Formats: sequence, C-alpha cells, structure tokens
Amino acid sequence: MAAAVSIVDVVKHFGALEALAGVSLEIAEGEFFGLLGPNGAGKTTLISTLAGLVRADSGSLAVLGHDVVKDYRKARGLLGMVPQEIVFDPFFSVRETLRIQSGYFGLRHNDDWIDEILENLDLTSKADTNMRRLSGGMKRRVLVAQALVHKPPVIVLDEPTAGVDVELRQGLWQFVRRLNGEGHTIILTTHYLEEAEALCGRIALMKQGRIIALDTTANLMAAHPGGSLEDVFVRTMNQ
Amino acid sequence: MIGFWTLFYKELLRFWKVAFQTVAAPVLTALLYLLIFGHVLDEHVQVHGVRYISFLVPGLVMMQVLQNAFANSSSSLIQAKITGSIVFVLLPPIPYGAFFAAYVLASVVRGLMVGLGVLIATLWFAELRMAAPLWVLAFAVLSGAVLGALGMIAGLWSEKFDQLAAFQNFLIMPLTMLSGVFYSIHSLPAVWQTVSHYNPVFYMIDGFRYGFFGVSDVAPEVSLTVVIACFVAVSLLTLGLLKRGWKLRA
Ligand SMILES: Nc1ncnc2c1ncn2[C@@H]1O[C@H](COP(=O)(O)OP(=O)(O)OP(=O)(O)O)[C@@H](O)[C@H]1O
Ligand SMILES: [Mg+2]
Repeated sequence: MAAAVSIVDVVKHFGALEALAGVSLEIAEGEFFGLLGPNGAGKTTLISTLAGLVRADSGSLAVLGHDVVKDYRKARGLLGMVPQEIVFDPFFSVRETLRIQSGYFGLRHNDDWIDEILENLDLTSKADTNMRRLSGGMKRRVLVAQALVHKPPVIVLDEPTAGVDVELRQGLWQFVRRLNGEGHTIILTTHYLEEAEALCGRIALMKQGRIIALDTTANLMAAHPGGSLEDVFVRTMNQ
Repeated sequence: MIGFWTLFYKELLRFWKVAFQTVAAPVLTALLYLLIFGHVLDEHVQVHGVRYISFLVPGLVMMQVLQNAFANSSSSLIQAKITGSIVFVLLPPIPYGAFFAAYVLASVVRGLMVGLGVLIATLWFAELRMAAPLWVLAFAVLSGAVLGALGMIAGLWSEKFDQLAAFQNFLIMPLTMLSGVFYSIHSLPAVWQTVSHYNPVFYMIDGFRYGFFGVSDVAPEVSLTVVIACFVAVSLLTLGLLKRGWKLRA
C-alpha cells in the first residue's frame, strides 16, 4: 500500500537561497504527523511543493502514490491544505465560498457536509456573512473549512491555530482528531509545541531546509527525560 | 466538468456583484463618446454612405466588448494573485484547459453584456440596422475571446496593478483606438492605412461593422480568418503558460 505522503530528495531554491536542501520523508496512512521548526526552516515550502503551489527543483513527491507533477489531478484531489496566510475572496459569503470550493473539487450538492463542517468550526451563525465582515480568527476557520470540503484523505494544516481563540482551538482539535480517527492522515505545522506534543504521533524537526530529527513523539521525549517537547526542540536546534 | 462550470460561475458572479462598475460604467462611457463625437461630426461626415453617428455605434460597441473582455480576466487574475486568494483555484484538480476556458468565457460574457448595453442605449440616438446579424455575433464572440485570453496573459504576467495598467494603456488602448473605431481607414493617409492592416483589432471592428451595414474596408471573410488566427495563436500561448504554471506556481 502506498504511503499517504512520500517525499524523496526534494530540493528547492529561491534564487540563491536553498529553502529545501534534499528532504526525504514518508508518512503512513492514518498518521497524525507534526512538522516543526523555527521561522524560515522550510515547512511551508515543503507543504507547498506537496500541494503543487511550488515546483521542486529536483526530487519527487506523491500523495497516496500519485505523483504531484505527473498525476497532479489525482494528487490534488486527495489533498486538503490550509494555507498559512489568511486569504479570502471578498466577493462571497462563507457558504458561497464553501460551495464554490466544493465545485472546484468536482462536488455538487455538498451542503450536508458543508453544514457539518460549519457546525464543527462554530461558523453556522456566520454562514451567510460576507467574508470581509469576519474577524481574523473566523477567516482562518473558513480556510480550514475550505480545505475539508472534499473530505480529503490527507489533510495538511499550516499553523491552523495562529490567531484562533482557546475555545475554537479546542473545538478544532476535537474535529481534526475525529477526522484522524476516521482514517484521515493529518500533517500539522505549529509553533505551539504543547499542541504538537498532545496531538502528533510522529514529529519531524526541520532546520534550514533539512530534517534534523524524525521520530515518534514518545521516542523524542524519551531522549530528554523529564523535559517537554519544547526542551527537545531547543536542544535539537542547538546541536 | 463541474470544476470548469464552478470556476465559470464564480467568474460571472465576481463581475456581476459589482455590475455597476463593470457593466453600467462602460455603457455610460460609450454613450458619452457617442454624444460628443456623434453630435459634433454628424452633420459633416458620412462614411460608407451612412451617417457618422450610425457609423460610430458599432465601433463603440466593439471597443467596449474588447476592453471589458480584457479587463475581466486580467483584473480577476491580478486581484487573486495580489490578495493570495489565487490558491483556492490552484489547489483543486482543475485542468489548465478548463481554467483557460472558464476565464475566457466569462470575459466574453462580460464583453457581450456591455456591448449589448451600449447597443440598446444607442437606439435612442441612432437607428439600428443589422444587415448580417450572424457576422455581428461571430465577430463579437471571437474578438471578446481574443481579448479575454490576452487579459489572462496580462494578468499572469503582472505582479502589480500598475504593470497591468501599463499593459492596458500602452498596448490595448492604442490598438483599439487606432483600429477604426472612430473612422474608416480610407480617410487616413496611405501609410497609416498600411499600418492599420497590421493591427488585428482593425479586422475585429471592420468585420463587426460589416455585420451592421453590409459594407466594410476589407472582405468579412478575410477579417474573420485573421480574428480566428489571432484567437488560435493567443490561446495556444496562454495554454502553454498555464501548463507551465508561469508566474502562478513558484
Ligand atoms: N516565494 C518565495 N520567494 C523567495 N523566498 C521564499 C519564498 N517562500 C519562502 N522563501 C524563503 O524560503 C525559506 C523557507 O520559508 P518557509 O516559508 O518555508 O519557512 P517556514 O518554515 O514555513 O517558516 P514559518 O515558521 O515562519 O512559517 C525562508 O528563508 C523564506 O524567506
Ligand atoms: Mg510557514
């Protein structure tokens, strides 16, 4: 069976800057995977190459066995991604946004699932509000909702909780855990290490375009007895 | 196919929600041209044996079809790129051919809506004759499609609004203004007549006008061939750029 995500020797330059310096990574189906690292480590770049937003200079990436370049339609259909930056289309309401996004993925009559997502992200009361009139945290929730319209087997969340209030954060994690329980593979980047510690079964630590540590959360923690994931993070980065 | 229809529908909704700016305003602009030039010149000028004001109408209609088709795809793309909302159409599995078709068709629809608006509004000022309506439609649709596709290229190429404005002001405006919107090229000196023949927009307007009056500077079959050739060339270029993800996927 193909891995949920398979990344082989991916290199990406932006001009002279080497954003990804040969990254290889395999994530199995059903994993809850954490991608951690300081600002500029290359997390978003790696995720963007997986989603086809950025083209790798060399190396290959596949989603459930489908190459993101050669078989891009399959690969994209299987992936749901929450971008790091808050972006929105100011012309539409929340519901219109989600219906349109469903259509892009080839889905009509998706309202039952849209309602369920709205409910879980506490957006039901904002369904008919224009995107411009939402607060920053609400806009981010809509981004999460947009990534889920097609029930993607692989879900990538690039700092989904930045700027989101405590209550929703817990609601979001409950929802994402449920999706993970139902078999969806989750890939998460976050700077809230307690979140990663509590949620992720396996973690990769990135620094300057490289993966410098990759193990189960339990093993990483065991290497530094008594410490938190934050201690592990700091020590690994300074090695 | 659902991906295509959704993108097409979204592009229609995008301009329709601000129809006052995107449809009503250009109709008004065209009417102002008609009032000013039409009334000043109407008594002095006849072209192809028709009154100047009647001659002017198809030119203005076509000018607005072209400029609005261009404006639609180009402004949609640049806005989405600048705000970042372009990711919403880059993440889904929409084939680049469908992407192209949706943007171009929506541009054609906007162009035709504005054109029709101008045409209807001018009925108060000048009587309308349509010698060959099918030619009118063919030229309007195809020319709108050429400019819609050009708008895509401009929208992809530009990184800022002023770059797009430069494209519009230094390429699209001169090409349309110097194409015979306001005059028959037979009233130009010989050199400029020759130069006009290298401007594809000249054939769009001349063929379109043929549909109204049954007379034109060039045979309509020739004009149609030129416009189709332009459409094929611009489309192939746009599709090539989209396939490569030029300026869309880093
Ligand atoms: N489009 C781009 N053009 C040029 N450089 C870029 C581009 N995108 C990213 N970079 C550079 O690549 C490096 C990695 O950036 P990336 O966004 O992947 O980091 P990150 O790990 O996601 O950081 P953060 O935690 O701040 O989100 C950075 O040095 C960044 O400046
Ligand atoms: Mg990032």
